[in-house]
Formats: sequence, C-alpha cells, structure tokens
Amino acid sequence: MKNLPLIVIVLVIGGGLGYFLGGGNEQAVEQEAVMETSSESTLEAVKAKGYVQCGVSQGLPGFSNADDNGNWTGIDVDLCRGVAAAVFGDADKVRFTPLSAKQRFTALSSGEIDILSRNTTWTMTRDTQLGLNFAGVNYYDGQGMMVPSGLGVTSATELDGANICTNTGTTTELNITDYFRANNMSFELVAFEKADEVVAAYDAGRCDVYTTDRSGLAAQRTKLTNPDAHVVLPEIISKEPLGPVVRQGDDQWFNIVRWSLNAMINAEELGVTQSNVDSMMGSDNPSIKRLLGEEGNFGEELGLSNDWAANLIKAVGNYGESYDAHVTPLGLARGVNALWSDGGILYAAPIR
Amino acid sequence: MKTDHSTAYVRQEDAPLLPPPRNETGIIGWFNQNILNLINDFSGIGAAIRSVLMAVGTLAILYYSAHILWALIDFALIEAVWSDPDELKRVVCTTEIAGGIQHNGWHGACWPLVTAKMKFLIYGAYPAEELWRVNITGLVLITGLVCLMFDRMPYRMHIGISMLTIFPVFAYIMLVGLGDWIGLPYVDTRDWGGVLVTLVVALTGIIASLPLGVVLALGRQSKMPAIRYLCTGFIEFWRGIPLITVLFMASVALPLFLPTGVTIDNLLRALIGVTLFASAYMAEVIRGGLQAIDKGQYEAADALGLGYWKSMRLIILPQALTYVIPGIVNTFIGLFKDTTLVAIIGLFDLLGAAQAAINDAGWSSPVQAITLYLLVATFYFICCFVMSRYSMRLERKLDRSNR
Repeated sequence: MKNLPLIVIVLVIGGGLGYFLGGGNEQAVEQEAVMETSSESTLEAVKAKGYVQCGVSQGLPGFSNADDNGNWTGIDVDLCRGVAAAVFGDADKVRFTPLSAKQRFTALSSGEIDILSRNTTWTMTRDTQLGLNFAGVNYYDGQGMMVPSGLGVTSATELDGANICTNTGTTTELNITDYFRANNMSFELVAFEKADEVVAAYDAGRCDVYTTDRSGLAAQRTKLTNPDAHVVLPEIISKEPLGPVVRQGDDQWFNIVRWSLNAMINAEELGVTQSNVDSMMGSDNPSIKRLLGEEGNFGEELGLSNDWAANLIKAVGNYGESYDAHVTPLGLARGVNALWSDGGILYAAPIR
Repeated sequence: MKTDHSTAYVRQEDAPLLPPPRNETGIIGWFNQNILNLINDFSGIGAAIRSVLMAVGTLAILYYSAHILWALIDFALIEAVWSDPDELKRVVCTTEIAGGIQHNGWHGACWPLVTAKMKFLIYGAYPAEELWRVNITGLVLITGLVCLMFDRMPYRMHIGISMLTIFPVFAYIMLVGLGDWIGLPYVDTRDWGGVLVTLVVALTGIIASLPLGVVLALGRQSKMPAIRYLCTGFIEFWRGIPLITVLFMASVALPLFLPTGVTIDNLLRALIGVTLFASAYMAEVIRGGLQAIDKGQYEAADALGLGYWKSMRLIILPQALTYVIPGIVNTFIGLFKDTTLVAIIGLFDLLGAAQAAINDAGWSSPVQAITLYLLVATFYFICCFVMSRYSMRLERKLDRSNR
C-alpha cells in the first residue's frame, strides 16, 4: 500500500477541516448557545448573552453609517441602541452586523441578529411571506427625482424624453418605469451598479434626471460639484415606509422593539428630551409619568424594568433629537416625518 | 630551424575590444532600435505608409500617456488638499459654490479624509485600546517576511518554518484573544476591518491553499481510484463555481441549513470559502508542474529505492514546484485581489471600509470617492507588484526558466 500515507493525509485534512468548522462552531455556539431555541424567547436569549445583535446597512448616511472611528451612527442605529438601553439600561450593550440588502432577511430568520434595523421597506410580501414582522415605521421615505435647475423643469410631468440615471436591480428602476408608462412619457434609463457612479454620471451631465429614495437624493446631492444648481421635484412616486424588523412568532420581543420606537416618538410629543428626562420625572402630566415609569407597570408588562423608556431616552434621546442629530445634517427637513401634531404623519400609539 | 613567427598569417592576439557604436547602446540605441528604425523606413510605398502610421501612433500614445500621468499627478499631489487643521471636514474639500473653501473648478485629492479614516481603513472597528495587538502581529509578520527575503539570514530555515506554523497560532491568539484573565479580551471578528481583514483573508488563503493544493494535485495523480475521483471531484467542483457564488452561498444559504441559533463566524466562512477555492486552482497549477517532470526522474527515484513520500519530497516536488512558481504566484495575486469580494458577506475589507468612508456625509464632496478609490488601488498595486517582483527574484535564484 504505497499510497496509504496519502489516504491518511486526505483523511487528516478532511477531519481537520471538519474539526476546524466544528471548532469555529464551538465558540459561536458558546456565545449563542442561549440563542432562541423554540422554547426560549429572544428576550431571554438576549439577556443571557448580554447584548442585542442588530443588523444594519453597510453604510447609508443618516440611517446607519460607520464614523471615523468605526462607531455606528444614524437613526436606525439609535433605535437598536435604544432597545439595548430599554433591555439592559445600557445603550452600549449592542453589537452591529453590517448586512448587504440580499443578506438581511436570512440573517434575521437564521437568528444571527435579533433586530434588523436597516432602512428596510415594509411591504406586504416581506411581512407575510418571509416569516418576519415589521415593528413599526421610523422613517417614511419615497422615491423622488432630482434635475439640474437649468432645465427649468418644475414637475416630473415635464420630463418626457428624459435620460434618467439610477441604480441597477433595485425597485427604483421598476418604480420609475411604472411612473413614466403611467404618464405616457418616453424615457431612457442609464443604470449603474453603485451610487457613486450614478452621482458622477449625473454630475457630468450624462443624464437629465437622478432618481432614488428622497433621503438618498439629499445625501448624494452634497457630492455634486454645485449642489445648489439642482432641484428635487415635488413628485414622490413610491411609498417606502422604513422600519425595524423582527422574527415572527416572538410577540414579546416584537412588542419591545415596537414600543421602544413608540416611546421615542411619544417622548418627542410629550417634550421629554435626553437632557430633561431626569427633571421630567417629577412631572404632573400622567402621560409623562406613565412613559417614564413613575406610574403603572408598563415596563414589567414588556418583561423589562419600569424605567425602560427613561433609560432609552437618556441614552439616545427622543425621535426628534435622533433625527436632528443624524438626518437633518443631510439637508432633509422633517416633512412627512414630523409628528402628526406638527403636520406630519408620525403618530405613535399612546402608553396607557 | 627557427621559425619566424612575427610574419605569421594568423593573428596572434585578439583584436582590441572596441566599445559598441554609440548609436547602438544606451537610450539612443534603444530609441534607434525600437522607434526610429520603425518610422524612418521610406524604401517603398508600403514601408512609408507603415512608418507614417507608426510615427503618428507613437506620438498619440506618448501624448495621452503624458496627459493621463499629468492629470493623476495634478489630482493626487499638486491640487490635493493635505491637511485640515481646523477640522472643517467636507468644507476643506469642496469648492466655494458647494459651500467649501476651495476655488470653483478645483479638483484635487482630499487627503485629510484619508487621515481621518486611517484607523478605520486599517483596523476597522477594532477596539482602540486593543490596537497594539494588531500592531504587534503586523510587526512580527513584517519582520519575519523581511528575514526570509535575505538568503544569508542565519536560521532562515527555522524562521520560515515558524512563520508557517507558530505564527498563525500566535496571530490567532493575538487577534482573537484568549479572554480577560490573560489580558487579551476576545475581539469579535465583526469588529475587524480594513487592511487587517484583507491581509487575514489573503494570507490565510495563501498559506493554507499551497499545502492543500499539493495534496490535491498528488491525489489527482494517485493510482487509487477512490482518492483520484475524490480529488478530481473536489477540484472540478470548486473550479466550476465562481468565488462570488461561494461567498454568497456561505452567507445566505449556509445559515438556513444550520440549526437555528447556530451561526458560523462570518470571517471564518470567508476564510474557508476562499481557501478551498484557491486550493483547487493551486492543485491544477501544481499538477502542471508534476506533469512537466520527466518520467526518468520518477524512475530514478524508484531505482534509488525511495518510497512514494520520500521520492515526492526529495525529488519530484522540489522540481515541480519550482517549475510552476509563476503559476503559483499568479494564483496568489488573483487570490489577493479576490479578497475584495468578501464585502458581499458584510465584512469590511479595505475596499469595503473605503466604501463605508465614501458614504460618510460629513466628508461628502465630488472628490470623496475618487480619493479613496485611488488609495485602495495604490495599496493593491503595491502589494501585487511586490509579490510579482519577489517571484521573479525567486525564479532567477532557482534558475529553472531556461532549462
């Protein structure tokens, strides 16, 4: 048996590989042995491992983006930090997993992450067919169009025959096609793989229109040579309600995420901010008392402590503060994302 | 009778060695031979047309090369912004018309952006207080590699062996950590990024794929059908699918096959995928070397009474591997560049980190993307160029090219 050593080596390498995989698993299993099995809730699992695992984007200004030191910032990030603060009283007990658009749902359903907070549009298909639940909406986006003001165009209906720059393979391509067809206008699509390329092409005058979500338009606009020479048209051609997503079948965790978001919005409505939350503790307003856990048992009903919302607001502020810190610098006014009482459509169910 | 040699017909001493004609050497000679000869041949109509076309082509290429080179130098060095003392961020790299301080029409690299993002580009989100671990690992790696480059380095063999065996373990302990009890807390690979991830993926792939490739290549040539089919199947499978698919399956499909709650580290997935992928290519390169060896060498080994492993180790492989150094290094370079694909599974390798930096609204400007892509391209070029030069040196040293 001349070849015996070869067999042995193949077996050893195969076994080694298996062990390597197993060894890699071991650490993962150790860390996440407490991840939900069918009998264990996400909350228990999260408490056992000591942090919330949150899926975010690979970089979208205002929503989730790594800063100079690699720390995550943005309103999607704040939501996760808020949930961590509500659960642990410490907003730093959260870890972020950057996910591509294609990975995100698998990562959530396989238990790799506990919350998907990654500018994900709430659609019926996603809600009903993927075994996921959308816990609310933290940003109402919609597809818009930007044109050079030199064109003198004031409405998208004047864009017959336009060259349109957009990203490939996204719903933006589909939406713009639908819109132009519905309005009986002809157009030419110029599609690129990456946002940088689209901006560069638009800036170089290769097309008359740049279309993507309005939040994206605002962020990319600052990359143009002369941002002021471009206008965003008033038409919004699609509805893109973005919000946090959790796995279906764990109502408690779903409620925690939903009410963390609601608490942030309610806090803004009630005027509770990061800086005044301590002084607000003594407020006579029963709504504030309930929000901050002075009255009632709302936190414990969620499986948390009663000061859950107070901790959350102390850590990340209310919705308006988070928005102002991350989205306003992009040049995006509140618009429809203002509170219902300020003329927007942000309306959180009351805590009572 | 005495012969008078002074009037011999045969010259008794060599003619003096004259220096070559001036227009045949140096820059003038090169120019004459490679350019002038091609464009001043007017001996016939065909030759004249060829000469004119050649002249026009040469000038055009010269002009555009100079133009591109100048544009690059102008952008990267002359017009570039070098410092941002007041931390103005995007303002320092945008023109007045866009709210910045540069004159309108300005177009230059924004190096303060790179300075600000340097830590992120090199280490990713690796905790700041643990960076020394990465630095020490890098230092050991560089020292080891430099030592290996000098032929007369004492204990070179020992250094080489420990770089291949002890160093990976050392690097693993340093980078991943052992726990708080020894002062090396665990660092989640999710926090790794930038050059760190690029090098970890590339070096693991390079170090692991070579031995794996040798075994697969030998296995494919084995006389035992089971091993032969197994190795052939393995090689053909991994060569038959694109790396992007491998990574994509590892990140999207793999979690669905595992029991709920069990996850394999993202980086580990990438490492395994890249290694298996590269080893299949490596196996084929090495098989080429094995086949180039004369049958007499195998027979000579048998005649010496060497067993399979001894003959492979002492006679066949040393020759086969040196034959295919260009192919091996080619695979390494390909692998190194392929590491950029790990961005698909959410890892921030250098390119991924650069793209995250491009998305930073605090620095947004028309030159943001170009600056970072220029940096990344330079990094990859330097790394690949060094690898390629080193392989040429190795070839010259082993002198197999003209056998």
